[in-house]
Amino acid sequence: MLREVSARPVAPVPRPRFARLARRRSADAASARRWQPPTTERPLARWLLIALALGFLGFVLVIPLVLVFVEALKSGIGVYVAALADPDALAAIRLTLLISAIAVPANLVFGLAAAWAIAKFQFVGKSFLITLIDLPFSVSPVIAGLVFVLLFGSQGYFGPWLSDLGIEIVFAVPGIALATIFVTFPFVARELIPLMQEQGSGDEEAAISLGASGWKTFWLVTLPNVRWALLYGVLLCNARAMGEFGAVSVISGHIRGVTDTMPLHVEILYNEYAFPAAFAVASLLALLALVTLSIKSFLEWRHGASLKAQRSL
Amino acid sequence: MVSAVLPKLKEPSVIPGFGTTLGFTLFYLSAIVLIPLGALVLRAAGLGLSEFLTLAGDPRTLAALKLSFLASLAAASINAVFGLLVAWVLVRYDFFGRRLIDAIIDLPFALPTAVAGIALTSLYAPNGWIGGVLEPLGLKVAYTPIGVVVALTFVGLPFVVRTVEPVLRDLDREVEEASATLGAGRLATVTRVVLPALLPALLTGYALALARAIGEYGSVIFIAGNIPYVSEIAPLLIVIRLEEYNYAAATAVAAEMLAIAFLMLLAINLIQAYSRRRFGHAA
Repeated sequence: MLREVSARPVAPVPRPRFARLARRRSADAASARRWQPPTTERPLARWLLIALALGFLGFVLVIPLVLVFVEALKSGIGVYVAALADPDALAAIRLTLLISAIAVPANLVFGLAAAWAIAKFQFVGKSFLITLIDLPFSVSPVIAGLVFVLLFGSQGYFGPWLSDLGIEIVFAVPGIALATIFVTFPFVARELIPLMQEQGSGDEEAAISLGASGWKTFWLVTLPNVRWALLYGVLLCNARAMGEFGAVSVISGHIRGVTDTMPLHVEILYNEYAFPAAFAVASLLALLALVTLSIKSFLEWRHGASLKAQRSL
Repeated sequence: MVSAVLPKLKEPSVIPGFGTTLGFTLFYLSAIVLIPLGALVLRAAGLGLSEFLTLAGDPRTLAALKLSFLASLAAASINAVFGLLVAWVLVRYDFFGRRLIDAIIDLPFALPTAVAGIALTSLYAPNGWIGGVLEPLGLKVAYTPIGVVVALTFVGLPFVVRTVEPVLRDLDREVEEASATLGAGRLATVTRVVLPALLPALLTGYALALARAIGEYGSVIFIAGNIPYVSEIAPLLIVIRLEEYNYAAATAVAAEMLAIAFLMLLAINLIQAYSRRRFGHAA
């Protein structure tokens, strides 16, 4: 600009104006170092917001989690091991594993079938069906247990008939499994449906038109396309199945060593003021939660693209 | 096969398995979810209107429902404010441990509610780490309605964060730049440009957290103290009625809660429909 001015054959600009210009330029240069884009906050505000968020998460999430492990190990490793080696605790662990081994595969098969029907075909009433699949998430776990008591309990619709046949559902393993399947019902389906809808049916149509059977198409085309999302859904389903409390509590009858799952065993021990034992069993469940979160984060980090299909809760 | 019978209900496709998969889906859905819930509705209807109203209008039931609803509202509100803050911090700022924090947000989904319940109770009990500090200040948390709110805040925390986070991440920064060029200060840009775009997601997260909190049982019963009329939540009342073998009363409370849950679901769907119309994406 200066050169432009001087290059023109015009009257020389008075000196004071130049001086003012020079001063302003140096001021601009100084502020450039402190310049920040107008679409972000000042550092102080930024640090305050981060501190506030971390403080909140610390009080609500981190401290309770740490406390579980501290309380579990407070009375020494011997007490901890003894609490876990207790026959009732072992029975609870076995039952929890059994229930999860029933509920997760059941909902896995359902999730695959539902996603296949919903994502690969166009039919009337599809969005209503999706809403119905999500329904168990809106129902209180206690109600999930209650409905099976109303169906199969001694005062239930099928109760007298079942007791004539000698079949036990309520206060027995089948009831616990049913209630668990209810509360974990949508987990696999809701991961698969949006992803498979986004992938469309082009790959399958190509496989079929090249002569592959339906099963072969499913195993070799569809399943590899959704394997990470499937694993993700199974992971969340399993965490909930092993940790479910409300639904199982209503239907199990709390028979120690028989119908006690791990979360129920935690409750019993806690109510008996056996705090170290309660927290010992709880720490196993907390460990399960941490492992679940780690694998989940790993999947999101490593295979985020193949999981992604506008995930919402 | 089904497509031959119902030509107008389904578009033709070369892919096999429609009848089998949809048939299995409908069967499984009916057996696990629809018929059991139907049994509850049938049972409630079988009570007759006057008996249902007597049971539903029982003062202890109303007190429990009121506590469940108000504590859930409070917890969802806390989560709306702090969830927005956490989502903002996670999306907009880079700091040490951000990835770890992002992973731990989902802890309430992964941690069994009973474990959360006993941990929060030990923490906020008068002799606990935090309760011990608050006790001399005259603030009792555990075994009071405040404890209920604390547990429900824990349970609902991920909902707002996880609904707001993706929307905030996809938000066009150019709008903020335009706002800044037009002379708006940072605070004005955030409150008048960014927040309105986040509102549907925030509302959805709020409604989801609220819906979850109203039905929550495991994490609350330890910390609540469960004093009838004071700190007894509605799901616990269902369990108590069941243990008394008073199936009619349990059914009545459950039917009321189910109605609330359906209203929440309706609200969520309305917000999402509004958002899709107004902003072109579901919250």
